[in-house]
Amino acid sequence: MCEEKLLTADGRSVADIRKDFPMTEAEENGHPLIYFNNGATSLKPECVLKVMDDYYRHYGVNVARGVDAIGYKATHAFEEVREQTARFIGAKKASEIVYVRNTTEALNLVAYSYGNQVLKEGDEIVVSAAEHHANYVPWQELAKRKKARLVVAEPDENGVVTPEILENYLSDKTKIVALFHISNVLGASNDLKALAERTHEAGAVFVADGAQGIVHERPDVTDWDLDFYAFSAHKLLGPTGIGVLWGKKELLDQMPPWQFGGEMIDQVDIYDTTYAEVPQRFEAGTMPIAEVLGMGAALDYVDSVGYDFIRRQNEILGKRMVEGLQAIGNNTVYNPNNYANGVIAYNIDGVHPHDAAGVYDREGISLRAGHHCNQPTMRFLDVQSTLRASVSFYNTTEEVEKFLEVSKKAGDFLDVLF
Amino acid sequence: MSYSDQSHLFRQIVMDHYRNPRNKGLAKDPRGYMTVRLKNPSCGDDLTVQIKTEGEKILEIRQQGEGCSICCASASMMSELLEAETISEAEEIIRQFKLMVQAEDYDAEKIGDAVSLQGVSRLPQRVKCATLGWQAAERGLKQIQKNRSEGRADHHEGAIEADVDKEDEHEI
Ligand SMILES: Cc1ncc(COP(=O)(O)O)c(C=O)c1O
Repeated sequence: MCEEKLLTADGRSVADIRKDFPMTEAEENGHPLIYFNNGATSLKPECVLKVMDDYYRHYGVNVARGVDAIGYKATHAFEEVREQTARFIGAKKASEIVYVRNTTEALNLVAYSYGNQVLKEGDEIVVSAAEHHANYVPWQELAKRKKARLVVAEPDENGVVTPEILENYLSDKTKIVALFHISNVLGASNDLKALAERTHEAGAVFVADGAQGIVHERPDVTDWDLDFYAFSAHKLLGPTGIGVLWGKKELLDQMPPWQFGGEMIDQVDIYDTTYAEVPQRFEAGTMPIAEVLGMGAALDYVDSVGYDFIRRQNEILGKRMVEGLQAIGNNTVYNPNNYANGVIAYNIDGVHPHDAAGVYDREGISLRAGHHCNQPTMRFLDVQSTLRASVSFYNTTEEVEKFLEVSKKAGDFLDVLF
Repeated sequence: MSYSDQSHLFRQIVMDHYRNPRNKGLAKDPRGYMTVRLKNPSCGDDLTVQIKTEGEKILEIRQQGEGCSICCASASMMSELLEAETISEAEEIIRQFKLMVQAEDYDAEKIGDAVSLQGVSRLPQRVKCATLGWQAAERGLKQIQKNRSEGRADHHEGAIEADVDKEDEHEI
C-alpha cells in the first residue's frame, strides 16, 4: 500500500503511529472501531495522557499562587506551553497566547471584549455562509447588541472564500471580518494571508477560526498578518477543555476583561479594581492546568509527525474516499474537489443520513450525520443534513476500503432494527 | 411465526409506513387543531403533529416532518393508532409504546403496527427518533386536557413549539 511508503518526520509508518493511540484498539458493536469522526474531535496519543497523569500524580498543584517549589514547577510547565504554543503558530510573544476552553470561547471573547468596544451602530461584520456556528452566532449576537449589520459572504462552488469574493462584501463600514481557516463540512481551505490583507486594506480586523485549519496546516499568524486566531486542542490530539485565542498584542492590550474574579486582577480596592496584564487579564479563575500540559504534549506530537505527513496521508485517504464513493454511485459527494483535508460531506441518495449512519455504526464505523453545527453550510448546499466522514493521519487505506464496502450497503438501513 | 418470518413482516411494516406515511401533511387551517412541533436539536429531526378532538374523542391526527426512517415511520404509526381513540386510551397506547422502546414489559396488543419497531429497544441512541411523534402527541393531549380543565372555550388553543425533552431527566 502506498501509505506504507509514507513516513512521518521521525521516520515512522502509519502502522507504527497507530500504536501511540490507545483508541485505535477500541471496538464498536463487536467490530474494531473505525474512527472517521475526526472533525468532531481527534483521538489522543499516549504521550498526552501521560503528561496529564504525571501532573496529577507528581506536581498537581495550582499555578501562579505562592512561592513553593512544587507550585513553581507547575507554573513553569504551564507557562512553557504558552511559549511553545506561540512558537508553534508563529506568534511574536508568549503573552499573545490566551488560554481558553475552546474555539467557541475564544471567538466569544473577541466578540465581547473587542467587538463591544469597537463596534458602533451601522458598522458591518463580515462572515461567510460556511461558518461553524461558533464563528457565526457570536457575531450575529454582537451585531444585534450594537445595531450593526452582519454581512454574509457566499463562498465559491467549492466552499472557498476567495480574496476576490471577500472584496465584494467589504465596505468602509466593515470593522471585523471573521472567516474559517478550513471548513468543517466542505473541507475548503481559505488563504488567510490574502484574506487578511484585503481586510486590512478596508481598515478592519481579521479573525480566523482555526479549529479545523490548525489540524491540517500550521498557521503562521505573524507572516499571515492575522489579528486573531482561535483553535481547540481537542481536535489537534490534545485534551478537551483547553483552547487558544491568539491575538496581536496591541489589540489584546486595549481590550477589557470579560470575566472577573481571581487571577486576572492587579489591585483590588474596595470599590474599584485594576486588571492584570494580557494574557492573565483574560484568564479568570483556576485554569485547566492538566489540559494545558496535555496540549503541550499534543503540539510536540504534531511536530514529531510533521504537517507534511499529516497532509499527505489525509490526501491519500480523502482521494480514495471520493473516488470510491463516486465509483459506487449510490451517493452524492458535496465536496468532490476538496478531499485533501480528509473531510468528505455526502449523502447516500434517498437515505436519510441518520439511517445511513446507523448502518455504518453497526459495522463499527463512527462518522457524523447531521448539520455539523453548521446550518449556514446546509443552507448553502440546500440540504437538511449530510453524512460527514473525516479521517486523520492515523487512519488507514484498509479502513477506507471497509468504509466503501459498507457504503454500498447503506440502503439496507432497516437492518439495524432486526 | 419464526423469528425470521416475524422480522421480515416487521421490516415490511416499517418500510410501508416510511414510504407511504399515514396522515401526512398539516391542515391548511390550523384552527381547531392542537399543533405541537418538536425538534431534536442534536440531530435535526423536526416533527409537527396536529390533533383534533371533540370531547374525549380524538377525531383526527396529522403529522409532518423531517427525520430518519425510524422517526417518520413511527410518527405515521402513531397517527394511525391514536386516531379515533379516546384521550385516555391514546395516553395508554403512548405509555405502552414508550415501555417497549425502553425495553420494559409492555402490552403488544395495545400498539398495533408499532410492535414492528421493537428493535429500537436495542438501539438506545435511536429511542429519541422513535418517540418524537409520540411525545408530540402526548404533549398535545396534555395541553388539550389542561385547556379543558381551565374551562377554555377552545381546547385546541396554545400551539407548542419545543426542543424534545431531555430523555428521562431524573429528579435528583
Ligand atoms: C470550523 C469549526 N469552528 C469552530 C468549532 C468549535 O470548536 P469547539 O467546539 O472546540 O469550540 C468547530 C468544531 O466543531 C469547527 O469545526
